[in-house]
Amino acid sequence: MSTEPGVAPVQSQPTGEVLLELTDVVKHFPIRSSSLFRRDAGAVRAVDGVSLTVRAGETLGLVGETGCGKSTLARCITRLYDLTAGTIVFDGEDISRLSPRAMRPVRSKIQMIFQDPYGSLNPRRRVGSIIGDPFAIHGMASGADRKRRVQELMEMVGLNPEHYNRFPAEFSGGQRQRIGVARALALSPKLIVCDEPVSALDVSIQAQVINLLADLQTEFGLTYIFIAHDLSVVRHVSDRVAVMYLGKVGEISSSEELYLHPRHPYTNALMSAVPVPDPDLSDRRERLILAGDVPSPTNPPSGCRFHPRCPKARQDCVEKEPALIPRLGDGPGHQTACHYAVADGEDLTTQRSQLPSAAQAQDLVATTRSTEGSETP
Amino acid sequence: MTRPVETELLTSELDAELPPTVGGVAIEGRSAYQLVWLRLRQDRVAMASAIMIALIALFALFAPLVAHFTGHSVNQEFHRIGENPDGSPKGPSHIFVWGTDDQGRDLLVRCAYGARISLEAGLIATAIAVFVGTTVGLASGYLGKIVDTILSRTTDLVLALPYLLFAIALVAVVGPSLGIAIAVIAFFSWASVGRIVRGQVLSLREREFVEAARSLGASSMRIMFIDVLPNVLAQVVVLASLLIPSAIVFEATLSYLGLGVPPPTPSWGNIIADAQNYQEAWWFLLFPGILLLLTTLSFNLLGDAIRDAFDPRGDQMFARTKKG
Repeated sequence: MSTEPGVAPVQSQPTGEVLLELTDVVKHFPIRSSSLFRRDAGAVRAVDGVSLTVRAGETLGLVGETGCGKSTLARCITRLYDLTAGTIVFDGEDISRLSPRAMRPVRSKIQMIFQDPYGSLNPRRRVGSIIGDPFAIHGMASGADRKRRVQELMEMVGLNPEHYNRFPAEFSGGQRQRIGVARALALSPKLIVCDEPVSALDVSIQAQVINLLADLQTEFGLTYIFIAHDLSVVRHVSDRVAVMYLGKVGEISSSEELYLHPRHPYTNALMSAVPVPDPDLSDRRERLILAGDVPSPTNPPSGCRFHPRCPKARQDCVEKEPALIPRLGDGPGHQTACHYAVADGEDLTTQRSQLPSAAQAQDLVATTRSTEGSETP
Repeated sequence: MTRPVETELLTSELDAELPPTVGGVAIEGRSAYQLVWLRLRQDRVAMASAIMIALIALFALFAPLVAHFTGHSVNQEFHRIGENPDGSPKGPSHIFVWGTDDQGRDLLVRCAYGARISLEAGLIATAIAVFVGTTVGLASGYLGKIVDTILSRTTDLVLALPYLLFAIALVAVVGPSLGIAIAVIAFFSWASVGRIVRGQVLSLREREFVEAARSLGASSMRIMFIDVLPNVLAQVVVLASLLIPSAIVFEATLSYLGLGVPPPTPSWGNIIADAQNYQEAWWFLLFPGILLLLTTLSFNLLGDAIRDAFDPRGDQMFARTKKG
């Protein structure tokens, strides 16, 4: 897909009112010892206090490493998981405590597109009945009418309506993802949560599916929450981007602003991991490489959760948790949760953690020139 | 936006042969099952077993016809022509093709009627066991929590019961009958089905298509029966085909011990039990024994073949009967 600076990304300016508002959403998964007498042995703090707003008609990108809680957050928004704490207000209604029965009418308004195009379609059912499922479940359209609407949906997402009676196994990955999109569109939802919808697809197919999603957004005024771990994809599709780390939002900003002025050291690290399609530029570029893994969400680090891996870590970072507020004179739309936000032009690759355990941190934060390959004379 | 290019392939003729059914259970997995059927048809052992089962079923079905042609009814005792002077059974002859039993009854006719009992007990008990086991496994695996705890412990309990002792005790109280035998067999067979189905459901419920159904607002019932059940049906079919022979053997065991069908109604089990008092009368033991062996062997081989047909990779790996 095209992510070169010259090509205008497919974006619409957020103008609508707030569609979805998350306040301090927390999702902990209790760990139980498997012995006969069950004791709570702590909890995996997958999502640990996330507040976000999503406006009607915009696309909010959600990025972060594997295990940062973005998929869990998606499943909290669609209420596949019950919240541990916090509230979710959708379209003016608090849906965070609704019973499954009371949730049913809301479900038609919030839909989800799943990551795995192979796992998200029932292998034993025909495509027609998979896409027709939303109608069957909500008692809308039956018989010939349902078939007609299913075939309309198939046409809309670029599938041949004649393939109505086929099984998912008879389609390719990209086509299967289109089936998932058609199913999500069936009930004309307002919000679609896309949980890494393209990460299982070939790059050429990724572009097709992303363009399809963009077309549908323009056509139906859809609002997307777009989860990905690929920053170039997120940049292409999103109006605003939230960067998650260990169950918390580290930085949130409009897409262009985030790419021009990344404030959080973690965002900087993610940015420097995006491959550059220009070998000369790539050679000259310094990469900021984070060593080590994301710490266990069972026992997250104190203060700022990023401090054990952060090149700018100070004693404050261990003690005080940074608030998600505008830093370094940014506008209200650009908020960063970092005590020592990164200024424009600052070189992080030369900085070292100032923590007492600095020796350890030196090992964790490695900086390399990307030219240090075998071809260097 | 780019459209997929393969649209011209296989469109109209594919739709033409398939009925325009919509939604619901009616259109589940037919082509997958057609594939299974195709593989089974190529499996010679499976076909031989199926033919053998069909022959035995016909033998049972037309038992009255057998009685008609021999002119001997099932409980008719031929003390003069059917027994030796000392009262022992007579061997095969042109009057009694498979010989007679200890009461001077025609063994061929009794084996035919016995086949009815065996197949009836095997099929009905298996049907009940599979139905109960699948329902229990689905509920226990999908609903989890307290439902799972109760159902799983019940399953454990049933599997832990010594079934013969239980059967003997039960028959001592209510008296032997075919109904009791079927009930006992079904009661001791559903638990293993329940366990296997539960295991399958536990892994299926974490699949994304179940999450997708939940995010659409589907009820637990709908998910269990429309999304999960079709995916365990293959295993259930295999289990059922392997349960039938064990149910037939179970019935024969109960009848052998006098806990199944009460005499004079013939069953392969009670014929074999009677036969062991006459060791020189080889036909008395041989014919019902061979029938029982052929039936259970055929069902077992067919069950194995169905399992292979559902899992073609396993079929290639062991290459049991596949040609080419």
